[in-house]
Amino acid sequence: MSNTFTVDGQEVPFEPGQTVLQAALTADVFIPHLCYHPEFRPHGSCKLCTVEVNGRPATSCTLPAAAGMEIESNTAEIMAKRRMLLQMLLVEGNHFCPSCEKSGSCKLQALCYALGVMSPHFDQFYPDRPVDASHPEMLLDFNRCILCELCIRASAEVDQKNVFALSGRGITKHLIVNAESGRLADTNFAPSDKAAQVCPVGVILRKRRGFAVPIGSRPYDAQPISDQAERFKPVVKEGS
Amino acid sequence: MSFELETARHPETLRRVAIDPVSRVEGHGKVTILLDDDNKVHQVRLHIVEFRGFERFIQGRPYWEVPVMVQRLCGICPVSHHLAASKALDMMLGVTLTPTAEAIRRLMHYGQILQSHALHFFHLASPDLLFGFGSDPARRNIVGVIAAAPETAKKGVFLRKYGQEIIRMTAGKRVHGTGSVPGGVNKSLAVEERDLLLKDIYQMIAWSREAVHIIRGLFENNLAEYNAFGRFRSHSMSLVRADGAMDLYHGGLRARQADGTLLFDHFDYGRYWDVISEDVKPWSYMKFPFLKILGADDGWYRVGPLARIVNCDFIPTPLADRERQEFIAFDNGSATGATLGYHWARMIEMLHAAEAIKDLLHDDNLLGKELMATGTRQERGVGVIEAPRGTLIHHYRVNENDEVERANLIVSTTHNNQAMNEAIRRVAVQYLDGQEITEGLLNHIEVAIRAFDPCLSCATHALGKMPLEVELIDAAGKVADSKSRNR
Repeated sequence: MSNTFTVDGQEVPFEPGQTVLQAALTADVFIPHLCYHPEFRPHGSCKLCTVEVNGRPATSCTLPAAAGMEIESNTAEIMAKRRMLLQMLLVEGNHFCPSCEKSGSCKLQALCYALGVMSPHFDQFYPDRPVDASHPEMLLDFNRCILCELCIRASAEVDQKNVFALSGRGITKHLIVNAESGRLADTNFAPSDKAAQVCPVGVILRKRRGFAVPIGSRPYDAQPISDQAERFKPVVKEGS
Repeated sequence: MSFELETARHPETLRRVAIDPVSRVEGHGKVTILLDDDNKVHQVRLHIVEFRGFERFIQGRPYWEVPVMVQRLCGICPVSHHLAASKALDMMLGVTLTPTAEAIRRLMHYGQILQSHALHFFHLASPDLLFGFGSDPARRNIVGVIAAAPETAKKGVFLRKYGQEIIRMTAGKRVHGTGSVPGGVNKSLAVEERDLLLKDIYQMIAWSREAVHIIRGLFENNLAEYNAFGRFRSHSMSLVRADGAMDLYHGGLRARQADGTLLFDHFDYGRYWDVISEDVKPWSYMKFPFLKILGADDGWYRVGPLARIVNCDFIPTPLADRERQEFIAFDNGSATGATLGYHWARMIEMLHAAEAIKDLLHDDNLLGKELMATGTRQERGVGVIEAPRGTLIHHYRVNENDEVERANLIVSTTHNNQAMNEAIRRVAVQYLDGQEITEGLLNHIEVAIRAFDPCLSCATHALGKMPLEVELIDAAGKVADSKSRNR
């Protein structure tokens, strides 16, 4: 049997060791996702990339590709569940797109548009999350955190700094920084860190750069994220 | 201090008529009128019933977010807030704009003036002016104007569209864009964009001139009524350029007394609190600003097109300046003190905006690539701009972590608070006193408000969806009669 599987009937080739999501994105087949990043190991926490494999649900970012799999992704039922996940994220934080500098380059916003989420649907939590503006070059706006842990992974695995972590459990879970004061200024975080580049929403921001990119030139202005699978293709490492 | 007709002596004995909400304006406003058994007017008040809270909820936010956030105050003139905030934060950053940034911002602003004035005059005010203040409300709306004068209505729509296109090209979107940032702009014009605007600008100038002549003709044909309608004496305040010219983007503050003498001139708006203070009244959410030099009782003033035309020494574009001179000379200057003179002044400004846009489109700075400048940071910044409806003040204090610590916004409508109250009190006495109240008579009150402002609380609402509910309440507080009007 050849190394292929199908997503919604479309044949997708894969390399041994690839996950379903990696193979699909490589083949320009978009599966919605938030906590996945091509440069990091799969995390499987946001559940947005959940698909049905031979009738059973699985997160495609952690599911090893296997020949002959029949995967359903864009069914009405799965899309409804994805929309609900996005709506829950929208109400758990304070996501005010009209004044957010990440608008137009925010993955959460782009997915909401692509999946047709036009309102939060649920009652807002309105959590009280002040910004951390203590660092001279970087700003943390915790209001927008979706707990994808990409900054945590980047800081630990790439930067070797462990600047970020999650604290609390369940609905009280939140992002913290690794300093006794709890302030970013008291860590060794730097704008050149990988953790400063990976936030899919508007939490970790370079100061004084907001709105520098005009409307029309932002990543998701011209095309919906669902037409930009190539943006998330696995990175081919040198020598591999 | 209570002004004439502001507070009745025995309100408990009077009948209350409420216009709630005021229609064909954006935002929520309410007018209450107290009448005795003979329908004599004892009290008239304009209330702004919304509380917006922007000054509070931008506290703690990073300063570069502010120009984008505060423009959500309004759907008609967001550009004014966008630019006033940017100017304040330019000052905080100690920045002098690059020539390209200044040209782009001015173009955005004049595009805004053009579209807002066109909307105000053609869409919101012209039904009253063309059909009569007390005419059939079924016809007295923009749809009626389209049916009766399709060419005029079409020009109004295209003028607004042209202004909106300028905003889209400079800010990225027709409403609520991001083009102006503290320290500069995030884009300049491409040659194709500039050429596209150049193609139609001469038509816009011609149509703007026609609009001036429409309102002038209305004044000529209804001279006595237009002159007297809601007329009152007041001081005026606006920005003027260093040479005394009208400048809607930048300048110093000038205030003129009702008799024409100057109270102050070229005052540095960075210390506006030295000349302006605000009074509070228990019956209104909106403050009452006044000129400190005259005090709260006598220091109230008007801002906006009429104040600007009266205040400036000249308009720096030829066609508009000729119209300004004719406006001032008309009937020995009578229109310069008339409430409906606002509309005439507004159309002269629209013509000026169109001419200023033409001049800017011939300025190659619009195509430049130097968008941002840097400077030496300060703690505070004040930005003042002449918004379509009048002087707009934004004032911010920013801490060393780049967070806004304090904000103070004095919007055009607030400056005009007492002036609008004066206008509706005059109209109430002129038209309602001793009369059986009808919808047509109540509309006269709204005509006076619309002369100043189509945008009462800097809020966004859908045009044409505001019902007018009028309730007559007897002395016992029971609803004696009610009328509701077109949705």
